[in-house]
Amino acid sequence: MKIVDARNLPCPEPVLKTKQALEATSGETITILVNTPEACQNVQRFARSQGCTVEILEKENEYILEISRTGIKEEQEKSFAPILMITSDQLGTGDETLGQLLLTTFINTLTEVKPRPAKMLFINRGVMLTTEGSRVLDTLHQLEKEGVQIFSCGTCLNHYQLKDKLKVGKITNMYDTVSSLLTAERIIRI
Amino acid sequence: MERIEDAGVYKLTEELAIIQTVDFFTPIVDDPFTFGQIAVANSLSDVYAMGGKPLTALNIVCFPIQSMDILVLREILKGGIEKMKEADVVLAGGHSVDDQELKYGLAVTGIIHPGRVLRKEGSQPGDRLILTKPLGTGIISTAIKAGLASPEVAEKAARTMATLNRKASEIMLEVGARSCTDITGFGLAGHAAEMIEGTATGIVLYADSIPVLPGTRELAEMGMIPGGLYRNRDYRQPIVQINTGVSEFMSDIIFDPQTSGGLLISIAPEKAEILLERLHQAGVQEVSLIGEVTASSAGRIVVVPGRT
Repeated sequence: MKIVDARNLPCPEPVLKTKQALEATSGETITILVNTPEACQNVQRFARSQGCTVEILEKENEYILEISRTGIKEEQEKSFAPILMITSDQLGTGDETLGQLLLTTFINTLTEVKPRPAKMLFINRGVMLTTEGSRVLDTLHQLEKEGVQIFSCGTCLNHYQLKDKLKVGKITNMYDTVSSLLTAERIIRI
Repeated sequence: MERIEDAGVYKLTEELAIIQTVDFFTPIVDDPFTFGQIAVANSLSDVYAMGGKPLTALNIVCFPIQSMDILVLREILKGGIEKMKEADVVLAGGHSVDDQELKYGLAVTGIIHPGRVLRKEGSQPGDRLILTKPLGTGIISTAIKAGLASPEVAEKAARTMATLNRKASEIMLEVGARSCTDITGFGLAGHAAEMIEGTATGIVLYADSIPVLPGTRELAEMGMIPGGLYRNRDYRQPIVQINTGVSEFMSDIIFDPQTSGGLLISIAPEKAEILLERLHQAGVQEVSLIGEVTASSAGRIVVVPGRT
């Protein structure tokens, strides 16, 4: 079992140490030692954001965090399901109304066919579908409930001034987008 | 003045007072020129918050002359001077000392009409609260230190911090604000609390209207939370009530310590729309009406999901 001593380190170093340790291990539980409540909360947040489970033991102002990567494994399994990258608010090129209708139908049909995609990435005009006024919000909410991760590109939301109007899923950045595409088994681009 | 205000005011005549403030700190961005700009915007902010006009400034420099390239300092000072020019502030001198840790900032002197000093206190129930810059610089600075902020996110935060509160200040004076402070190390909740502490009024904040820098939420979820946020929260928790429906992120971000944050302006309700419109026109793009002053919950801040 790997133990990382991150006591007496200022934030954000305990998080960085945790990140490095997680990246270096292949599945087993890692243990992080910290001695401030701030570091404890930050490491816990980080571990959860990586899909790990965290158990905390507090003893005389020291915290022992047991972080296990079960969540990450699940995520890795999930990556066998395809990633849907949607870069437009239309399906195909041609008449705009037809294109939009086709994409709406396409997304609605996703709930009727297995397997579900692991992730849906909405990029460029794709973000029109995850924001206010989209006709597929209910479907996307449903897919999200079923475990499909829904991400909209932050730069795109900003560009179209839709940041406040995001209605489903989370915001992502290019780093995470590229990294999930590079690690994906299959990618379907619309 | 009885309370601790953003800057010191000394009356010279019935129509003229000098206003003074000093602030300096360690780098919060990687680029020295940008750091210089931010340090100046930050130092001048206290004068703007009180409605004053900064005139002259003195550089304060702590620099590790043995271990760091002097070019770094030159870039910092260049950035600083550029920002002072933008603010029509004259650099009157300065002082530097050899120090292991780099620090830069300014002592600023300005003028203000003694009868028109905008203090932290003085809000009336019904006043609207207007914030002129988005929050998140503490979380993003932490992520920059960790190397986890994307260049886009870091760049946008730097631009926000380097933006002078000058226009916001001039316009609030023209429209007529009731009270004002600037958002810095104690975070939105901490500085808002100073406006109503010990008074018969309270504050309601609308979580969905509080502007936040892009990328902040993701970085917060990754644990890029500065120690100052936790300290601010622990200190102010007794007077801050978070209502159901407010996300964990929003209940954190109101405590995020800001560098060179925006002005928090309290203004009569009938003037609020005018102020917002004028600020928008002047290019203060991310200004937002984020709450109001209430006659109930005296001395307390209540955060609600949105305006009802």
